[in-house]
Amino acid sequence: MKWNGWGYSDSRFLFNKKGQAEFTGKRYRLSGMIIPGLKDWMEGTFGASLQHKAPATPILNSTAVQPATINEAFVEEVKATTIPFSVEAEDRVFRAHGHCLHEIFALREGKIGRVPDMVVWPSCHSDVVKIVELASKHNVCLIPYGGGTSVSSALECPPEETRSIVSLDTSQMNRILWIDEKNLTAHVEAGIVGQDLERLLNESGYCTGHEPDSMEFSSLGGWVATRASGMKKNIYGNIEDLVVHVKMVTPRGVIEKSCQGPRMSTGPDVHHFIMGSEGTLGVVTEVTLKIRPMPEYQKYGSVVFPNFEQGVACLREVAKQVCAKSLSCFFWHALKPQVSSIFTSFLDGLKKFYITKFKGFDPNRLCVATLLFEGDREKVLQHEKQVYDIAAKFGGLAAGEDNGQRGYMLTFVIAYLRDLGMEYYVIGESFETSVPWDRVLDICRNVKARIIRECKDKGVQFPPLSTCRVTQTYDAGACVYFYFAFNYRGLSDPIHMFEQVEHAAREEILANGGSLSHHHGVGKLRKEWMRETVSDVGLGMLKSVKDYVDPNNIFGNRNLL
Amino acid sequence: MCTSKYTSNLVFVANHISAVSSFLQHTDPMLKKRDEFEDMLEERRNSSDFRYALKCYTPVVYKNLTPCDANSLKSMVLQSDQLHYVISQVSKETGRTREDLQEEASGIIEEMAHRLQLSTVRFFAFALCKVFKTLFKSICVNEDGIQRLQQAIHEHPVVLLPSHRSYMDFLLMSYILYTYDIALPVIAAGMDFMGMKVVGEMLRMSGAFFIRRSFGGDKLYWAVFSEYVKTILKNGLAPVEFFLEGTRSRTSKSLTPKLGLLNIAIDPFLKGEVFDISLVPVSISYERILEESLYAREMLGVPKPKESTSGLFKARKVLSEDYGSIHVYFGQPVSVRQLAEGRVNRCQFSLTPRYIPMRPNEDVQTFVNDTAYRLVRAQEENMVLKPWVLLATILLQAEDLERGIPLEELTEQALWLRDLCRQYGGFLHWPGMCSKVISSSLSLHHGLVRLSEGNVYLALSGGPVSPEEQVLSRAVPVLSCVSYRNQALHVFVRPALLATAVHTSASNNKQDIFNTFSFLRNMFCNEFILCPNATVQDFEEACFLLVKTGVLQVSQQEMVVTPRGHRTMSFLSRLLLPFVQGYQVVCAFLCEKASDTLTEKEFVQAIRKFVIKQLLSGTLRYPEVLSSDLQKNAFAALLRLGAVHKVKSVDQTGLKINKVTVNSLEDTLGKNPSLMSDSNSLFQKIISNVFLGGKLPTPKASVARL
Ligand SMILES: Cc1cc2nc3c(=O)[nH]c(=O)nc-3n(C[C@H](O)[C@H](O)[C@H](O)COP(=O)(O)OP(=O)(O)OC[C@H]3O[C@@H](n4cnc5c(N)ncnc54)[C@H](O)[C@@H]3O)c2cc1C
Repeated sequence: MKWNGWGYSDSRFLFNKKGQAEFTGKRYRLSGMIIPGLKDWMEGTFGASLQHKAPATPILNSTAVQPATINEAFVEEVKATTIPFSVEAEDRVFRAHGHCLHEIFALREGKIGRVPDMVVWPSCHSDVVKIVELASKHNVCLIPYGGGTSVSSALECPPEETRSIVSLDTSQMNRILWIDEKNLTAHVEAGIVGQDLERLLNESGYCTGHEPDSMEFSSLGGWVATRASGMKKNIYGNIEDLVVHVKMVTPRGVIEKSCQGPRMSTGPDVHHFIMGSEGTLGVVTEVTLKIRPMPEYQKYGSVVFPNFEQGVACLREVAKQVCAKSLSCFFWHALKPQVSSIFTSFLDGLKKFYITKFKGFDPNRLCVATLLFEGDREKVLQHEKQVYDIAAKFGGLAAGEDNGQRGYMLTFVIAYLRDLGMEYYVIGESFETSVPWDRVLDICRNVKARIIRECKDKGVQFPPLSTCRVTQTYDAGACVYFYFAFNYRGLSDPIHMFEQVEHAAREEILANGGSLSHHHGVGKLRKEWMRETVSDVGLGMLKSVKDYVDPNNIFGNRNLL
Repeated sequence: MCTSKYTSNLVFVANHISAVSSFLQHTDPMLKKRDEFEDMLEERRNSSDFRYALKCYTPVVYKNLTPCDANSLKSMVLQSDQLHYVISQVSKETGRTREDLQEEASGIIEEMAHRLQLSTVRFFAFALCKVFKTLFKSICVNEDGIQRLQQAIHEHPVVLLPSHRSYMDFLLMSYILYTYDIALPVIAAGMDFMGMKVVGEMLRMSGAFFIRRSFGGDKLYWAVFSEYVKTILKNGLAPVEFFLEGTRSRTSKSLTPKLGLLNIAIDPFLKGEVFDISLVPVSISYERILEESLYAREMLGVPKPKESTSGLFKARKVLSEDYGSIHVYFGQPVSVRQLAEGRVNRCQFSLTPRYIPMRPNEDVQTFVNDTAYRLVRAQEENMVLKPWVLLATILLQAEDLERGIPLEELTEQALWLRDLCRQYGGFLHWPGMCSKVISSSLSLHHGLVRLSEGNVYLALSGGPVSPEEQVLSRAVPVLSCVSYRNQALHVFVRPALLATAVHTSASNNKQDIFNTFSFLRNMFCNEFILCPNATVQDFEEACFLLVKTGVLQVSQQEMVVTPRGHRTMSFLSRLLLPFVQGYQVVCAFLCEKASDTLTEKEFVQAIRKFVIKQLLSGTLRYPEVLSSDLQKNAFAALLRLGAVHKVKSVDQTGLKINKVTVNSLEDTLGKNPSLMSDSNSLFQKIISNVFLGGKLPTPKASVARL
């Protein structure tokens, strides 16, 4: 794993000696391939140039790391439990951040702020109980750490924290404890990361179907703590639909329900205090999840639309129908100039396709939706037909299975692209919202325009990339992703500027009836808007729960509230 | 005593004039930058009108435009969610079937919709060329403004907001836009044009759409109308043009803006349906207004002729006259988004479907209102003032209207006033040598003004008729002159209110003066464009100007007129005097003459008789008080201040007059310093209420107090 970028150390985009873009390693379908369009895209979209590099600090300089504030008494008692721990600078720095732009940018510059003073690795529920007790006893601040993929500044140590901060890394709690084939549930430790969970379940013929883009690294506990959402949620549901039972260790003790009933009417659901608590109340240690037999049949697909408006209208229509239930679907804004066009070698077929079939359409306005159908063969085929029929009504043309499959693959490598950008003065971020159907187009247009306007006002020389896609559909609305990136050459404080623009974009989202977050969570990045989001009373409710569960603020990451 | 306190700001003015001026830098009228003008008729005089009318016309359009013809626009409106919603509402309320209502809606939109056709525009372009070239010396346009407009149209939906002084205005606008290859607007016009059948249809084909003058509670009409305007805006189909003032100003003063259409136009932005909307104020100033004497007659009670085709063509004799030049200034586009920043929380629209019509809440209302005032002020500021405006102002202040003023004196005063006007930020067009400018102004307005034996005087004709009729007919040229003077009022109104306040206040005490200023301002805010809630800014602006030009000296506690300031002070207070006296006369009438059974309808007639009597007896000097505009404004102010109440009965609206209040308002307007002193608690109370915009005390309470 990289210490200052996304993903596996062996996998990265780079420009080789011939100036061609290449994706290294062996893990992905793209690995080892040359991507000819990427250079032009970087130059054309951002005005970036291979001559102007902004290389990262190669190795972590441990002298730049603040010495650890050790709570001796606590350390002594932890030692006695034999739970492994570390005070090494590298271990601490690695757990001091998520993947927000400003976090990674600072690491690349070798700048390191407040980091945890110590890392502990509990290996089971009872280890966690011990650590939480000791932390309470010695007034130590605990920050649960799952996969570290947070994009809300949730893992950042509050700089004002004076107590010793201990990062509680759940990665060793990674077992499937049992699988219940009668009820189709699995009981799993919360530290397991997505791809391991899926792989292990697959071995027994099952899956959860929960596949966030970060599933290679993000953990079950992290999903619960942030209310995560996977790309196949139409088929399997979001995390809140999948969870049957949760165990969480808090300074007050362990909270869990007494049975595994599939639904209960027992007052407000206490699971909903846990889901989305973002590590402010306790540590999720074990979760019972719904599982399903692995799908009998899977089929990719893709549809090209003449423009974004038609595409959204089609998605809305699909969402009304049953066929949406076996469909997972992404929807890109303008196809050609955007990210997907980097992979022209992949998309050659598609290109030819729309050039021949879409005579008269403005290729700059074309959009593509990638589709994935899962379920029993008959249903899949039936639903597939329905979806293509609906698409046709909105001017959409089927563009092949291959393109669909490639589209899905892209989602896992996109995160690597940002690192490449940063090598060449391009910084970027994605952020999301959820919004009622009737506002999707308006919010897309206005937020994109706002980003461009803000960049211009703030003196960004190169026009920014400002685009969006619809990634999830619901009965009553959709989840929209925005991508925003620009070339920062010539700016003295690009991150500050970037944050201002992102802030403005969020204001615009809220003003257009979008939510504060669909699934990334609030963390510290967005907490200034919590009050207006949930109202005074709502905030008060959350506060009083926090005050009861954790009166001494042991879980002191200061997210949310 | 609970008068509003101004102290902190006053101290600020007093102690830090230099700081103030830097703070006011951007509002300092002297520093205002304005574009150059080009005469667009010049080219027309040198090349073929025919070819011009057939020229290639390819305007820049809105960047997100999906083109849509007039018919699909109609069906978009008829199929809109809003209309469906309102139809089912109304159907529930009235029991009428949806089909029936849908039908009615189609009828409404047929009656309303424009049918813009390039061929008609070309025809008008051709015809107007001919007309304009005979009527006007020049039509001057700021081409930079046109550039900005073009840019604005490309970026965002645009609302064009021209001032409204003449029927000419909207044809002129379209003519200019056509000439400069700018997207043609669709224009909200009153239904009264529809009376002129052929012309009405022609106007429709040149982009006018027609709205009924009043459709109070008609939800269906409102829904069709607002959806129509919003659909055009949201899709950027064309710039939407309407008159903020609602109707032509017969007095050349800007009218209190109407908010209905502006509300509709801003709505798509507030609801996030467009990224932004540009509001473009346009100031059209005529050196001579075509309808000049028509307006004067109208305000004197000769009823307005119903707009009919023949009526307009009778205006043909108008064609033989010289109407000087027109200046059209396209102002800086104003971004609604920028205006709303930090003022309106757009999240409030997130909780209800956007197609459900809702009454705007208070902050939206204030926002729209302030925006409207701001735009009307922008129109005023860019309104070009011709020398005649100043001459009319001076002539109306003559000791004796009949005798007039010697030419040299007029010249001297004109020069003085020209400089003053410039210092106060007036956008004066003064082409060349003073004597030439004056003589050409006088000759252009030969119908209103005469020069003989070295004296310049108003052309007050009087025939062998009854004294009453004579008063009225002599008032016609006076009111015409007044309408020119009025063009300059916006430049002077704030300093004039301050000057009057300084003269009427009991002392030189700043707080006293501020209080009087505030009272006067409140009294006259139906008369002039004075934005509600801007008393302090207006006061500051007035102080700034008078101090800057050395008229007033401001110390810790006091405001004193400097020796060289008297001329300006007396000019300014005389500028306001006809209004002050006019309002007093209205008060006097209500106290002395109004019977208990007076109705609102009778008021207009009755007050006119009363004013004529006052003029004949010599107790009143200013014939302009005969203006029904002034009387109506005064009446509206009294209503607003609670001095008069309307009592609605079945067939008419009666008036209930609170004589104590009316009386005290009348006195307070007059110079009677003793009444303003602290000892008189009733007046203090009344005044303070008026400052605060509150209601006057109820009659019982104040009588009891007396
Ligand atoms: C490239 C990329 C793609 C992403 N795609 C998606 C996506 O498709 N869908 C989605 O929902 N999110 C996505 N995310 C966001 C992120 O992956 C999710 O928020 C994820 O749920 C975080 O899990 P984690 O294990 O990495 O948690 P971490 O980042 O380690 O922690 C996140 C928060 O949860 C708390 N926490 C972690 N584990 C526990 C626990 N066991 N008990 C209590 N609190 C805990 C932490 O204290 C912290 O506040 C993406 C992020 C990236 C960088």
